[in-house]
Amino acid sequence: MADCVFRVGGEGGEGVISTGELLTLTLARSGYEIYTFRTYPAEIKGGHANYQVRASDKLLLSQGAAVDVLVAFNEEAYQKHIEDVRSGGVLIYDSDSFTPPASDGIIVYPVPLTSLATEKVGIKLTKNIVVLGVLSGLFDIPFEKFEGLVRDRFTRKGEAVVLKNVQALKVGVEFAKSIEKKDSIRMGAGPRQVKELVLSGNESLALGAIASGLKLYAGYPITPATDIMEFLAKELPKVGGFVVQTEDEISAVGTVLGASFAGSKAMTATSGPGFSLMIEMLGLSVMSEIPAVIVDVQRVGPSTGMPTKTEQGDLYIAVYGGHGSCPRVVMALSSVEDCFYGIMRAFNIAEEFQTPVVVLSDQYLGHRKATVPKPDINKVPVISRRLASPEELGNGFKRYKLGAEGVSPMSLPGMEGGYYTAEGLEHDEIGYPAASNHTNHLRMTEKRYTKFHAIEAISNDLVRQYGNEAPEIGIIGWGSTEGVIREAVQMAIDKGYNVGALHPKILYPLPLARMGKLINSAKAVIVPELNYTGQFATLLRKRFALDFIQLNKTIGLPFTPKELFDKIEEVAANVNHNAPRTYATRV
Amino acid sequence: MSTTTLPELTPQEYKTDEHPIWCPGCGDFGVLSSMYQALSKLRIHPKDLVVVSGIGCSGRTPGFVKSYGFHVLHGRVLPVSMGVKLANPKLHVIGVGGDGDGFAIGGGHIPHAARRNIDMAYLVFDNAIYGLTKGQYSPTSPTAHVTGSTPYGNIERPLNPLAMLIAYGATFVARGYSGKPKELTDLIIKAIEHKGFAFIDIISPCITFYNTYKVIPPTLIEVPADHDPTNRVKAFELALREDKVPLGVYYQVQQPTFEDGVDRVIKQAQAASPPRLDAIFAEFA
Repeated sequence: MADCVFRVGGEGGEGVISTGELLTLTLARSGYEIYTFRTYPAEIKGGHANYQVRASDKLLLSQGAAVDVLVAFNEEAYQKHIEDVRSGGVLIYDSDSFTPPASDGIIVYPVPLTSLATEKVGIKLTKNIVVLGVLSGLFDIPFEKFEGLVRDRFTRKGEAVVLKNVQALKVGVEFAKSIEKKDSIRMGAGPRQVKELVLSGNESLALGAIASGLKLYAGYPITPATDIMEFLAKELPKVGGFVVQTEDEISAVGTVLGASFAGSKAMTATSGPGFSLMIEMLGLSVMSEIPAVIVDVQRVGPSTGMPTKTEQGDLYIAVYGGHGSCPRVVMALSSVEDCFYGIMRAFNIAEEFQTPVVVLSDQYLGHRKATVPKPDINKVPVISRRLASPEELGNGFKRYKLGAEGVSPMSLPGMEGGYYTAEGLEHDEIGYPAASNHTNHLRMTEKRYTKFHAIEAISNDLVRQYGNEAPEIGIIGWGSTEGVIREAVQMAIDKGYNVGALHPKILYPLPLARMGKLINSAKAVIVPELNYTGQFATLLRKRFALDFIQLNKTIGLPFTPKELFDKIEEVAANVNHNAPRTYATRV
Repeated sequence: MSTTTLPELTPQEYKTDEHPIWCPGCGDFGVLSSMYQALSKLRIHPKDLVVVSGIGCSGRTPGFVKSYGFHVLHGRVLPVSMGVKLANPKLHVIGVGGDGDGFAIGGGHIPHAARRNIDMAYLVFDNAIYGLTKGQYSPTSPTAHVTGSTPYGNIERPLNPLAMLIAYGATFVARGYSGKPKELTDLIIKAIEHKGFAFIDIISPCITFYNTYKVIPPTLIEVPADHDPTNRVKAFELALREDKVPLGVYYQVQQPTFEDGVDRVIKQAQAASPPRLDAIFAEFA
């Protein structure tokens, strides 16, 4: 069984990331499931960068616990990462750059990467490719996959460049033959045969948006969401859509609302600081009942925070941001594959209920790559908004008609007899401002909340469950922690604990029925999340009379399965097995 | 232009059941009346018209015009207008807002809407005061003006909307006056007909908080008949005049619109790749 974690570290801007990406794609093309994790410096050039890829012949749920193979281009990389290398793991380092002290229990292969690149290839920068050749030779990663990828990557730059890079690979392979192999890592070809794609969370999300019929994307550059815009700028015009880079995030979401009002599916993506600017427009979307999809790829806050690091700190603003009684839907994406289908569901809910949908991702999910089965665009049938029928149009058309469902017929510019003003002022059924009519405001608020409460049924359908169905220890997580939770639950079950987890995809409205079932059976419920105060736990406490046990991590990095497993053990040791359990749903 | 010409509507027929809430004597009545006239003369079908407005007295305008409307947030007329136009380039889009809405809170959007050259008309109902909040100074209030928020007199200098728009690259820049309905109607017609971003600064006095009905008319002149509107330097000279306030078209040139660019990009992308999601998937295998 192959399950190997490779990590490459070195100076930012010197090809560490592209080494990691090429290794990732090669492993994927060789038939392995892959799961990457990257942290990168805030500096564009310089600073420390690293790229980690885990490759396995089984389903991967997390970035892995320890490093099997560390490639250190410089001493800083060695110092930062050597403690993460498992006992019996491998260190490959550039012996032209530094000499590490002797380390116990770690297999060390010095490779003169810089001189091999300068002397045997003639280009210093090809050390990033030479090292891939070394990895291919040492660990039996199929050479032809590396070669094919290098060709795909560099053909655009001409045959001479391709040949130089292939030569660099061969130099690495040749050098590997001179190494006396002391480890037992041997990859060979992986088992996966199905046609798969290698996508980051952000790319998967962008593809899902296209599959939903996205026609206009408006956005402003912000880490770690920018690559959604760049991806769509290239791909969206191919299907007749367009990306506009606006002057700020207020303009981005304003453009989205204008386009949606006129009948196009539109979206914006941002991160915390930009999302903060969008809050007033979120209210306009609620009030005027214009569908909108707003993605927040979370990073560490508050303020500018740590832009290149991960956190789940925007749940409060997503749920509560805005003034007045302002119902919006908040969803959270949990895996690279889920980014595709999740954003499709977000568009469906926005369209069906004429509401804004805030979709939370984060840096960890947005920037990691994984192998995913080619998406099936028919898995989530595309839903469109309820347009006014010919009978409803004409004089006295009631755009905001009151009724049992809350959703009222919408007309689009270009439709005869559907004239109305989409109003940010409180308005009557026609859309005329009614800013002094007190009972009308109550009726209209109820209309908007009727839609919101109807979404709770969907919310209950979109919950993933892992482990035991009626567990003693429950776990409720959200967003990108899903894989880690799943892995930790399995570890705990293997050790004999009675554990089960719920992972809702819609966080607001909460899937109360599904959660109530788990909470009713469990003696204790852990809520792991990557923020300081326990934002989701707080949201749950508002609805359930239970003292949820928080597990919080606020260092800008994701959980490891071990951290959660340790918490499960701790809770299991202290749980009162005889305590009667009932839960109450608060209004 | 997708103007559906039949049936022709009289200016009266562009009115809705919603009655303007403006103070009797407000300049905005004159602007609205000229809008009705212009729409009627251009035979723009209400179904093809979207009026987008910000917050302020002028913000209520969409509700008074038989058309599609979007009454958005304070200062955000232009982003929403752009979204409408990009979603459906066949629509006529008219953005309306006040001087506070446009030049203060929304000032960051004007240069970008102008330089993108979105095909729309942007009418600023400029009364040089915040009327709906009952009389505070605005970006176009004169220095020394005493208002609720400048009880000792305004210590700021007013901005120059015309010079600003010419500098930002708007392709149609004009000034009108609510008290000259015929001329204003002609300007609105030209602005709607202009292919690109058309801006009119419309002096529209606030009878309640800054009554300029007596002081404005003596300062008004026509843009000279021999003025060359394609000459940007001459247009600046008109805009920078301090003795008189010229009414008419200061600047007008033809440039490719934003929508033209969008079309070009889509054609270029589709020429290189089949317009199918499958083809995009293949790039990531």
